[in-house]
Amino acid sequence: MNEIALLVAATLAAGTPLVIAGLGLLINERAGVVNLGAEGMMLIGALAGFAAAHHTGSDALAFVAAAAAGALASALFGWLVIWLNANQYATGLALSLFGSGFSAFVGIGYVGKKLAERPSYAIPGLSDIPLLGGALFRQHPMVYVAVALVAVAIWVLYRTRTGLVLRAIGESPESAHALGYPVRLIRLAAVTVGGALCGVAGAYLSVVYAPLWVEAMVAGRGWIALALTTFATWRPARLLLGAYLFGGVTMLQLHLQASGVQVASQFMSMLPYLAAIVVLVLISRNPAWIRVNMPASLGKPFLPGQ
Amino acid sequence: MIQPKKRAMLGAVALGTLSAAAALLAGCSRKDEARPAAAPAPASAVTAAPAEPLKVAFIYVGPVGDAGWTFAHDQGRKAIEAKFGDRIRTTFVEKVPEGPDAERVIRDLVAQGNRLVFATSFGYMDAMEKVARDHPEVRFEHATGYKTSANLRVYEGRFYEDAFIAGVVAGSMTKSGTLGFVGSFPIPEVLRNVNAFTLGAQSVNPKVTTRVVWVNSWFDPPKESEAAQSLINQGADVLLQNTDSSAVLQTAEKNGKHAFGWDSDMSAFAPRAHLASCVLNWGVYYEKAVNDVLNGTWKTEVTKWGTKEGLTDFVKIADVVPADARARVDEIKAGLKAGTFQVFKGPILDNTGKEVLAAGAVADDAWKGGIAFFVKGIDGQVPTGK
Repeated sequence: MNEIALLVAATLAAGTPLVIAGLGLLINERAGVVNLGAEGMMLIGALAGFAAAHHTGSDALAFVAAAAAGALASALFGWLVIWLNANQYATGLALSLFGSGFSAFVGIGYVGKKLAERPSYAIPGLSDIPLLGGALFRQHPMVYVAVALVAVAIWVLYRTRTGLVLRAIGESPESAHALGYPVRLIRLAAVTVGGALCGVAGAYLSVVYAPLWVEAMVAGRGWIALALTTFATWRPARLLLGAYLFGGVTMLQLHLQASGVQVASQFMSMLPYLAAIVVLVLISRNPAWIRVNMPASLGKPFLPGQ
Repeated sequence: MIQPKKRAMLGAVALGTLSAAAALLAGCSRKDEARPAAAPAPASAVTAAPAEPLKVAFIYVGPVGDAGWTFAHDQGRKAIEAKFGDRIRTTFVEKVPEGPDAERVIRDLVAQGNRLVFATSFGYMDAMEKVARDHPEVRFEHATGYKTSANLRVYEGRFYEDAFIAGVVAGSMTKSGTLGFVGSFPIPEVLRNVNAFTLGAQSVNPKVTTRVVWVNSWFDPPKESEAAQSLINQGADVLLQNTDSSAVLQTAEKNGKHAFGWDSDMSAFAPRAHLASCVLNWGVYYEKAVNDVLNGTWKTEVTKWGTKEGLTDFVKIADVVPADARARVDEIKAGLKAGTFQVFKGPILDNTGKEVLAAGAVADDAWKGGIAFFVKGIDGQVPTGK
């Protein structure tokens, strides 16, 4: 039973970067902008976070620095696609390539550096509850913050005027423009929030999870976060489930191996992706799900006054 | 109205996939290293004008900053640059994916005039074989492979000697009696190491068992951490990895367990968890290979060097390791150097109880190259894909 608790704990830790990055991408896609640069922004955030943690010894400052770096990279992307109407897909790809190259270059000096001693994150009292304590209450604070962020995003998107305007812009920027909303600025804000969250997700990997900096260390998790937004049909709660599902299948295959279960490891490595494809197919079979939730202007440029 | 949007999304997904491939391609960066300060030109008039330097190329699977496998190879490259000075000129290409891209990179390097090419990962084997066939004028050297031809030869380290020694230390340090091994791919090279590690541990503590997790990658630090965590969760308290980063060691540090550095000295990453590092000094072989070409004595060979030749070493043993284990380590090292100690010596049973090496028999290279089983004491079964 204790093994199951440890598996749950590992699943939450593995799913957290996907929750944070996926949520950021979901927010900017809700405003109608697709940012394929997730991988690059996560790498820039991972490096910024690692550098800040290395120099200051503070996790909090590391996440602030990572958010700022991610926001800056995405603001550049936002300016290109929202004001200059550059193609969102091509620009996003460029940002992804730029981010991995740039972080590798700037990060040369941080390869092989280590961070200061990590404190224990066990929550006094709660972490001593049998099973539940081990499963839920010995995590880095960021794991809980990720869940809180999803709750905040749900509240903002569906219960506030800001969320309504954001979704309206994603559905029909022309109408929102006609009503007098600053479509471009709001889109930029959404893109920047998305970038900041991707940066934080990257820093979670380099400061908490691994914790080390090497180039390309995000290893494709940005692309998985992008797939998760479709997987979740642009709903934050489904995104949370999807991220934990993906993290869970990843960890389950490692745990099964460690416990000596006789399945080919190559097959096990395939499982998380197989699960993602199966769910995507199931979702696509029901066009109503996509129709209802997919922002109608997703990926399309908006030219005011045309 | 829905159809075009859906198509746009499919386009996005397709682009994403494409870009991942593009990222891989773009990831292989090339660096021409300037020669170190030129050695003073020989003053003697008898000496002929220095010939065109021998151009030597290296293909790496990871970034030189991985602090592990590729880093160790690059140290070897730097060692020959320092040694031969003006007589050679080295180039390397890092992060070359194993597979079809490798062939393109190797052909490119040959076209640029490199006459000695080192490919430093198992997965470059078929690409090397193909290019070697087309370019008889170039000498090809492939690390850890097994295919040879008139101008293609292979070299590798006897890493399993270090793995065995690490096992001796692990066996004397473990409290739970369970060791963990993070493997990259279930190929003979890696299976040899996990078996040697287990045999080493059993030589001091016969009850030890090893659990193995495969990550199916040489370099994916977050995944290596996850694998190490899952082993620790299953009770392993001393870990060894056959992957290229220091993530396993750092995960052990975080959990208050022990682990080893692999490929290069990783003691700085985890001062409390680090028990010792299994290091590779590729420079000793690269020096021989360059000498062979410069002297015209290059011929097809299979080189397997280890502790004896100084290609592998076991360094920075931590203070927590008990004195008798250290003494045993020194004894084994001396035995390996003198040729009196054998890592794989019968009787060896696999984990189904079948005898794979008869009592008293010493494993030959064919036996070591064909390992496709776990020795007794390792849980699970070698993944075969069948």
